[in-house]
Amino acid sequence: MISPISPALQVRNLTMIFPAEREGLVALQDLSFSLAAQEFVCVLGPSGSGKTTLLRLLAGLLHPTSGEVVFSTNGNGQRAPRIGFVFQQANMMPWRTVLENITLPLELQGTPKEEAIQKAEELVALVGLQGFEHNWPRDLSGGMAQRVALARALIHDPDLLLLDEPFGSLDALTRDQMGAELLRIWQARRKTVLMVTHSISEALLLSDRVLVFTPRPGRVRLDLKVDLPRPRQEEIRYTSRFTELSRRLRRSIG
Amino acid sequence: MQTIQRINPCEEIKLAPPGGWRARLLRFLNQNGRWVVLFSLLLAVALWDTVARLLNLPAFILPRPLQVAERLARALQDGSLIRHSAFTLLEVLLGLFAGSLTATVLGYFLARFHFLDRLLSPYLVASQAIPVVAIAPLLVIWFGSGIFSKILICSLIVFFPVLVNTVVGLRAVPENLRDLMRSLRATPWQMLRYLELPAALPVLLGGLRIGATLSVIGAVVGEFVGSDIGLGFLVNVARGQYDTALVFVAVFTLIAMALSLYGLVILLEKRLLAWQKCSGGF
Ligand SMILES: Nc1ncnc2c1ncn2[C@@H]1O[C@H](COP(=O)(O)OP(=O)(O)OP(=O)(O)O)[C@@H](O)[C@H]1O
Ligand SMILES: [Mg+2]
Repeated sequence: MISPISPALQVRNLTMIFPAEREGLVALQDLSFSLAAQEFVCVLGPSGSGKTTLLRLLAGLLHPTSGEVVFSTNGNGQRAPRIGFVFQQANMMPWRTVLENITLPLELQGTPKEEAIQKAEELVALVGLQGFEHNWPRDLSGGMAQRVALARALIHDPDLLLLDEPFGSLDALTRDQMGAELLRIWQARRKTVLMVTHSISEALLLSDRVLVFTPRPGRVRLDLKVDLPRPRQEEIRYTSRFTELSRRLRRSIG
Repeated sequence: MQTIQRINPCEEIKLAPPGGWRARLLRFLNQNGRWVVLFSLLLAVALWDTVARLLNLPAFILPRPLQVAERLARALQDGSLIRHSAFTLLEVLLGLFAGSLTATVLGYFLARFHFLDRLLSPYLVASQAIPVVAIAPLLVIWFGSGIFSKILICSLIVFFPVLVNTVVGLRAVPENLRDLMRSLRATPWQMLRYLELPAALPVLLGGLRIGATLSVIGAVVGEFVGSDIGLGFLVNVARGQYDTALVFVAVFTLIAMALSLYGLVILLEKRLLAWQKCSGGF
C-alpha cells in the first residue's frame, strides 16, 4: 500500500519458524506490510495464525528466522524505537501503585521523577482513573487494570503502540465500552497502532486499515481500507457502510 | 466510572452465621490473640511450678520459676548476662548478614545461569548432609575460638535456606512481567532492581525469617565447641556448676533473642510488603 506519509514501520518478508519437536513450526511466512505514521491498523485472523508472534517480533521479544522490521526512527541509526505494549492480561506490578505502574517506562528511561508523575497524572485523567492513583492493582477491576496498562503503554510517547487483544479478557459490555474509550484516547493522542482483535466491529470502529491473516502459517489474506469518516462516534456501528465492511471482513475470515 | 468493592482479604471470610459454643469460642480466641498467648504462658509457668513442687525435685534438676527469676536478677545485676548476650547477638547478626548476603548473591547467579546451577547444585545439596555440629570443631581448629569462627558457623547454617529461597523466588518471577520489561528495553540491572528483587522479595524475606532463628542455633553450636564468652558458653559453665537455674536463664534469653529477630523480620515484611494481601502473621 502506498501511503502519502512516509511509513513509520515496514515489515519485509518476515518469517518466523519455531523450533518444534521434529520439523519447525512455521508461525509466519513471508509477511510484508507497512504502517504509515499515526495509522491505526487492526489484525484479524484465526487462532494460531501468528498474530501474537508478529507483535512480539515487532517489540523485539523474538528474533525473526528471516526478514526484517524497519522503523523510520532507526533509518539514521539514531535510537532504538520505543514500544508501548498492551498485553491480553494487564500485567501490573502488584507492588507498585497505579501511578507507579504508569510511570515505570519513564523511570526506565531515567526521566526526572516530577516530570514522570506529572505525565502519569495527565494519562490517569485521559483514561478516566482519577481517584485511583494510589490504589494497589489488586483493588482494580479487569477493565480498570487495562486502562492502567494503556496509560503505561502511552506514557513514554512510543513510536509504535502494540495492542494484543487488550480487551479480550473483559465481558462483552465492558469490552464495547473500552473500545469507545480507546477510540477517544487515540483521537486525543495519535499514535501508530497495531492492534490484534477478534472483534470485527471493534476493528472497524477503531482502524484505518484491517489486515486479515490466513490460518497458520500467517500471511496477509486481505488488506482492507476502512474509509469511514473521522472523527468517529460509536454510532457509526449502525451505518450501512459499517455493515458492508463488516460483511466483507466476515466473508474473508470465512 | 465503575465502582469497586473493597474487601479486606486479611479478614477471614465467614460463611456460616455465628452460633454455637464452638463458633463463639473460636471467635473469642481469634479476637483476643494477645491475651490468649499471655494466659497460656502464665498457665505453663503455673504448671511448671506445680510439677516442681509436687515431685519435690532438687533445684539442680528442676528449679522452680521463682528461683529462675532470682537467678535472672542476679545475672542481670552483675552484668554477666548482658555481656554474654551482647556477644552472642553480635555473632548472630553478623552471621545472619554475611550468610544471607552471600546466599542471595550466589542465588541470583544460580537462578540466572542454568549451567552454574547444574555445576554447583550437587555440591550445595551434598553439603547439607553434613551437620553443622560435626564441622564446627574443624572450623574452630582452623579459625580459632574467637568471634570469626562463630560468625562462619552462623553464616553456614543460614546460607542454604536463604539460597534456596532466593533461587525459588527469582525463578518464580512472572514471565509476562519479564516480557513487559524487555519490551521497554530494560537493562539487566533494571531488570533486577525494578522486577526481580521486588517480585522475589516475599520469598526472600521468608528465607530471612528461617535464617534468623537458625543463626541463633549456629552461634550456640559454635560457643559450645570452643569459646569463653556468649550464652552457649554460659550454658556450658552453668551446667558444670550444677547451676541449673542459670541454664534456664540462658536458654530463655536465647529464645527471647530468636523470637525478637523473627519478629523484626515480620515487621520488615509488614513494611515492605504492604501491597500483599496479608503479610506477616506467623
Ligand atoms: N514460543 C513459542 N514456541 C513454539 N511455538 C510457539 C511459540 N509461540 C507461539 N508458537 C506457535 O506459533 C503459532 C502462532 O501462535 P500465536 O500465539 O502467534 O497465535 P495467535 O494468532 O496470537 O493466536 P490467538 O488468536 O489464539 O492468540 C501457534 O501454533 C503457537 O503454538
Ligand atoms: Mg494471540
